[in-house]
Amino acid sequence: MSLDISFIGILIGSIMASSVPLILAASGELITERSGVLNLGVEGMMIIGAISGFALMVITDNLFIAIVGSMLSGVIISLIFGFLTQSLLTNHVATGLALTIFGIGLSAMLGKNFVGIPGKEFPVLFSSLRESIPFFGPILFGQSIVLYFAFVLPFLTNYFLKKTKLGLVVRAVGDSPVSASNQGINVILVRYCCILYGGAMCGLAGAYLSLIYTPQWIENMTAGRGWIALALVVFATWSPIKVLIGALIFGGITILQLHMQAIGFRIPVQFLSALPYLMTIIVLVVISRDSRKIKLNTPTSLGRIFYKEK
Amino acid sequence: MVPLIKIEKRNDVPMALYFFTPFIAIILTILGGGIIFYILGFNPIEALKFYFITPISNLYGLSELLLKATPLCLIAIGLSFCFKSNNWNIGAEGQLTFGAIVGGGVALLFYNQEGFYILPLVILAGAIGGMIFALIPAILKTYFNTNEILVSLMLVYVSKLLLDYLVVGPWSNPEGFNFPETRQFSDSSRMPLLFEGLRIHAGIFLALAAVMLSWFVLYKTYLGFQIKVSGLSLKTAKYAGFKGNTMILVVFMISGACAGLAGVGEITGPIGQLHRMISPDYGFTAIIVAFLGRLNPFGIIFASLVVALTYLGAETAQIFLQIPKYTGQVFQGMILFFLLASDYLLFFKVKILSLKKNELRH
Repeated sequence: MSLDISFIGILIGSIMASSVPLILAASGELITERSGVLNLGVEGMMIIGAISGFALMVITDNLFIAIVGSMLSGVIISLIFGFLTQSLLTNHVATGLALTIFGIGLSAMLGKNFVGIPGKEFPVLFSSLRESIPFFGPILFGQSIVLYFAFVLPFLTNYFLKKTKLGLVVRAVGDSPVSASNQGINVILVRYCCILYGGAMCGLAGAYLSLIYTPQWIENMTAGRGWIALALVVFATWSPIKVLIGALIFGGITILQLHMQAIGFRIPVQFLSALPYLMTIIVLVVISRDSRKIKLNTPTSLGRIFYKEK
Repeated sequence: MVPLIKIEKRNDVPMALYFFTPFIAIILTILGGGIIFYILGFNPIEALKFYFITPISNLYGLSELLLKATPLCLIAIGLSFCFKSNNWNIGAEGQLTFGAIVGGGVALLFYNQEGFYILPLVILAGAIGGMIFALIPAILKTYFNTNEILVSLMLVYVSKLLLDYLVVGPWSNPEGFNFPETRQFSDSSRMPLLFEGLRIHAGIFLALAAVMLSWFVLYKTYLGFQIKVSGLSLKTAKYAGFKGNTMILVVFMISGACAGLAGVGEITGPIGQLHRMISPDYGFTAIIVAFLGRLNPFGIIFASLVVALTYLGAETAQIFLQIPKYTGQVFQGMILFFLLASDYLLFFKVKILSLKKNELRH
């Protein structure tokens, strides 16, 4: 195998493609967590997005409806989580786990008649430039619109959280719900919105898998990517730009495995697969041991129930 | 007259309601399941019958029910120690897997030997394996202040990948045609079967012993008292001078040991070797069991039977109605949703008032 420049270009392109679902889901979950809500249902919301996107594509033959529909289904399923945790004040961890278990089951039920149906080709942009420019062509061009959106999203998220008033509101709600509430902010409403936004992004991440990355429906096709996205938010210490970097690292590890298998390299692939989880634990230890650092990085009220006496 | 709903916070939780709401959750889940089956085009009554009655209408089915309830009960008992003391160990699946790896490793050492001492050694190794694995999030929590939810969750995937590596690589059966599985354990490493022709094995006694022991520890010992007080209020626990860190380590060790026992029970019971699929997410489902059983040892026995039935029903429905067996998870998810939702009734009173219109204007 030659390691020429065009091969590296293609390699980078494939790493980017594999990191897209992680970026989308983690960016959504990041906003949810920044508002103080820990939603462990990422995997469940992604798989629901994957099946509804694919099913809508088969039924309507319209990719736009499929993409929008997958986001809507993510919103609907995250509404269950929102209603339980925000209106009925249930425990975030238990509710999120229930959402994942429920989502995986429901998706398999809904997807029963869609197994084995071939997917449709998703349109790519600038495909002529892909071939004509060596190295940069396969990296920058000939990708789907969802990929471009995913790579812009962390910057938008960063801008939203740091520079806009609404972003400040989200952070205030996550860091100190009581004082935010005293300032007249409707904490529950803000958290609802952040949960639903997270649901939409996870739905889109799922649809990317079933419509673009591997265009077909397979039971349990998210294959743990939701958990990696959750790890990624922690790994990135709740910073959108670091989510992008982390997603490329985690996505790169996935692609690396395939190529190392192909050239017969003798590091067990399982050790590589375990790296994202181990790296996340190490990051957690590093940021948690110092109480000032953890206050700087973690949304202070993460996972705590907020209740306002009326 | 205008009906008006008023919601008030309760001052204390009524105990009768506390143990009654799980039944409400189960009934709502069955109704919800019926609706889903109806939407999917099945006769809901018939589908529910295949789900909840057919599987346990014969002796073999009952044995299968107990077989599946055993690991769920064991893990949930362990988790109840963690949850009662406000320690969110959600990595029981990883502790189960690691317990199975260590226990299975010992069983493989003795693969061509027989002896009465082998099974106890294997079981002990499994419990210790689970315990050690649970100590990782506990130690990181006590010494580095890390979030145990995230660490225990991450470790689930680490242990599953380790198992995958072992059964594909160094521990794979040399005569196994490269199948991802180890050798079969010797008969001395297998749990004795209770009845000829049924799969139910002696592991159920481990679960029952865990129930009894946990009841004793939680309700009759100083440690149990500490656990309960820490769960109610960490400040009170500190004020009372309880050593928080030691307790965190202890509850995680108990929880991990139980999960490890569940893992070793599976591989020495129905499975008889190590391979990739040693647990259909028992470690996660046991969280539902612990909640449904209200973290009470006897409640957990009941809850483990209910949740085991969702596994069994899903298998039956797949055979008879060709519904994917993942539907079991739909039921499991719904049970927890409804249970958590009905908890609202525990903490809040919903009053329906009737006021005259002019009173409302104030």
